[in-house]
Amino acid sequence: MTTFSIAQSLDQALQALADGARPVAGGTDLVVGSRQGKAPLPDTVIAIDRLDELAGISLSDDQLRIGAMVTHAQLMVDPIIAEHFSAIADAAALVGSPSTRNVGTLGGNVMNGSPAMDTGAPLIVLGATAELQTTSGNRQVTMEELWVSPGKTSANADELCVALNMPARPANSGSAYVRLEYRRAMEIAVVGAAASVTLDDGGMVTDARVALTAVAATILAVDLGDALAGKPIDEASLAAVAKIASETATPISDLRATDRYRRHTVGVMARRAVEAAGRRAGGETIAIPVNRTLGIGASQ
Amino acid sequence: MHHMNLDVNGMSYPITADASRNLLSVLRNEVGLTGTKEGCDDCECGACMVLLDGQPVNSCSYLAAQAEGRAVTTIEGLADGDDLHPLQAKMLELGGVQCGFCTPGMIMSAKALLDRNPEPSEEEIRIGLSGNLCRCTGYAKILAAVGEAAVEIR
Repeated sequence: MTTFSIAQSLDQALQALADGARPVAGGTDLVVGSRQGKAPLPDTVIAIDRLDELAGISLSDDQLRIGAMVTHAQLMVDPIIAEHFSAIADAAALVGSPSTRNVGTLGGNVMNGSPAMDTGAPLIVLGATAELQTTSGNRQVTMEELWVSPGKTSANADELCVALNMPARPANSGSAYVRLEYRRAMEIAVVGAAASVTLDDGGMVTDARVALTAVAATILAVDLGDALAGKPIDEASLAAVAKIASETATPISDLRATDRYRRHTVGVMARRAVEAAGRRAGGETIAIPVNRTLGIGASQ
Repeated sequence: MHHMNLDVNGMSYPITADASRNLLSVLRNEVGLTGTKEGCDDCECGACMVLLDGQPVNSCSYLAAQAEGRAVTTIEGLADGDDLHPLQAKMLELGGVQCGFCTPGMIMSAKALLDRNPEPSEEEIRIGLSGNLCRCTGYAKILAAVGEAAVEIR
């Protein structure tokens, strides 16, 4: 028997969590999971999807704030996200189906903590932090600190993710997310990769980050060393990225792919993500999502 | 038990049901509208698609209580009396229906698509219907029906 209420204010939601309730947003993980028998619905559930405090996308001089209840459907068409934080839009556009994207939220995706989540690698390369709030205060947690293991985060039960924050983008920056998939819709990443690249006026890389999807117990940040710094994005540097990404991955075998296949293909995804991010950093427009525009992943 | 008022196709239904019940089962069993189908019951097939404030939602995986205060539209809400909605009429006319089990969900996804994009390309129709599985038709006639319905509506 479940007790259910719809939060009328953020304070009410936070108090409910402090009293032991669990939040529901779109329900695409919580409710689906309970129907699959993965985990029963919590005894007390509070719906947080209508809270204005958790809605909206705002860009200030130095920071982007995405409310936790912003949906994937909003992220994939938002002009600020598409232009400046493209990797998030690339990922959001690949999630599930129109109905999943319509109700599924970024905050829900983050707190579900799946190592195969599409928006996770983009958040890492864009330097995002999760803003966790309780009745008594709030704190910022990096994504690497937040995700502990599959389905498990470091957030306490009374902490609600209210927003994802990340620094505004430097000039000449681009980002991208690509994934290997067997079909175009209702798919979970076989593997995926996000990249963020900043170039100097001569086209040399001044900053680059890569993160990997579905090749470890959590979304995995890659230490690129000097593979890209101070170099152009060319065949040699891309090959180095692919090698490092494959060596960093610690994939498992499951019904979707073997560990060997994942280890190889995540390197391919990493180099394609860096290539696309570099082209965007150079001013080229590559339509969202990169997977479709560049013909990566499933053809139908 | 949880008390809720559901707005379904413009009618208000006062309902008492366990709060863990999904919208699909409440629509079929309490509201009594059985046009919405249960396929996989796992958020994969789209047979249960309804509109929530005009946007498509898999009703098998959405809590009924969470729909309170939102406008639910089911396949029964599309026809105007005996006059079928153009999407329904074109599906029949062009053979987009075989066994019919996916059809209500397919039409609801198509309705949401055409409401926000009256002139979709074939690719946009494919994406709009990408959360709906059909095991009979091979999709070609469904795509044609949605395309022709779009022309008729505008």
